[in-house]
Amino acid sequence: MGLDFTVVPGHLDIILLGCAWTIGIAVAAALLSFFGGIVFAVIALYAPWIIRQPFRLIEWVFMGTPLLLQLFLIYFGLVQIGIDLPAFVAGIIGLGLHFAVYNSELIQTAILSVDKGQMEAARTVGLSRGQALRKVVIPQAVRDVIPPIGNNMIALLKDSALVSVIGVSELTLSAQRAIGATYRPFEFYLVAAMFYYVINLCMEWVQRRIERRISISR
Amino acid sequence: MSDKDHFVEIRHAQKSYGSLEVLKDISLNVERGQIVAIIGPSGSGKSTLLRAINDLDPLTGGEVWLDGVQVNKSLPHRQYEKHINEMRQQVGMVFQHFNLFPHMTARENVTMAPMLLKGLSKAEADKLAEEQLDKVGMLDRIDYYPSRLSGGQKQRVAIARALAMKPKLMLFDEATSALDPELVDEVNMVMKKLAEEHMTMIIVTHEMDFAASVCDRVLFMDQGVVVEEGPPSVVFKNPTKDRTREFLRKHLAGAA
Repeated sequence: MGLDFTVVPGHLDIILLGCAWTIGIAVAAALLSFFGGIVFAVIALYAPWIIRQPFRLIEWVFMGTPLLLQLFLIYFGLVQIGIDLPAFVAGIIGLGLHFAVYNSELIQTAILSVDKGQMEAARTVGLSRGQALRKVVIPQAVRDVIPPIGNNMIALLKDSALVSVIGVSELTLSAQRAIGATYRPFEFYLVAAMFYYVINLCMEWVQRRIERRISISR
Repeated sequence: MSDKDHFVEIRHAQKSYGSLEVLKDISLNVERGQIVAIIGPSGSGKSTLLRAINDLDPLTGGEVWLDGVQVNKSLPHRQYEKHINEMRQQVGMVFQHFNLFPHMTARENVTMAPMLLKGLSKAEADKLAEEQLDKVGMLDRIDYYPSRLSGGQKQRVAIARALAMKPKLMLFDEATSALDPELVDEVNMVMKKLAEEHMTMIIVTHEMDFAASVCDRVLFMDQGVVVEEGPPSVVFKNPTKDRTREFLRKHLAGAA
């Protein structure tokens, strides 16, 4: 039984819709993981002990347990305490927080490596510590951390396939549905793989553009 | 509490790191418009003293007063932060390593604090940036990022950044020590210009010639104490203390 790609066009609409969901979820989760990562990093470095401790527990949960389990917890678990999230929202939160913790590690290192004189110079013109972080230290830390965060974002895109298990019709689940209708797994999984690859290329392109814009000011 | 006789008043400043005492009961008065140079070997505590004036290195004992207000007064944390941010707005500081913000242009370096803290509009801030950068001769580089400026140019932008907050007092912490010799003059020129405008300045420096030419008073510090103080004509030409003589002899020999 050879490959027969003629079945693909008939189900392309499902696949493209799945693609749109994957992109939407990945972009939303990426933004959440980026800004969440900054917030987490600032908490980890500067918040008082009483705030840092519960945060460390959250960090441990997101770093030390499987993402799949985290998605189950957020989607099925939270319902029991009255938080009934739509599946795609649960997916975005799960993916976003999971990668926010990883981004936070990168951003913390970058913040600590910004020259101490930067904070001092900002304080001597009268900025508060918070203002100095926001205007001077964090923008520099974020610039340094764009390339490794880009790698995390590609991992995030690939892991977004996991949200199919809580019933979000993203690319992987859409491929499975098409397979269910046609019994052609090889063809549709290959097509899905190709779409992931294309989305990845686009993300790399965006990352390169951001890096180039940043490098102008160096 | 305050006798307002002196514009800057340091009373019994003391600073220790653990058992190491870097400032030992230093008192110093600076009058409005005066220019005071602090010289001394490295490790003598001169930078620490300068950085205590705007509380960048808080003292462990003693008081700092600026224009009738105590800088390092004891207040609850939050109130203290607010107080110290207000005090620092009145004190410009220039660092050895410039510490320009590398992600901002010269213009943005100058305008950031006035816009954020004084609520200047974009137009007002631009006008201010042009004025201040013109004053230090950097108007033609207004939209350059620091990475494209020489050391001397960076330091001049850093001075403009400090001046943009309209400080009452300027502190220079070895402003020319990190510069290539041929770039020192352009920064010294700017400092001389400020001196002519009667800006009150406290300058930590290794440049004896410059100190002699612009300063009203020179302090020689060693091992956390002021060994000798007086007008440059006395301290440089006829120092009364052996340690001062020895330092100057070594320093001038080293420079030549």
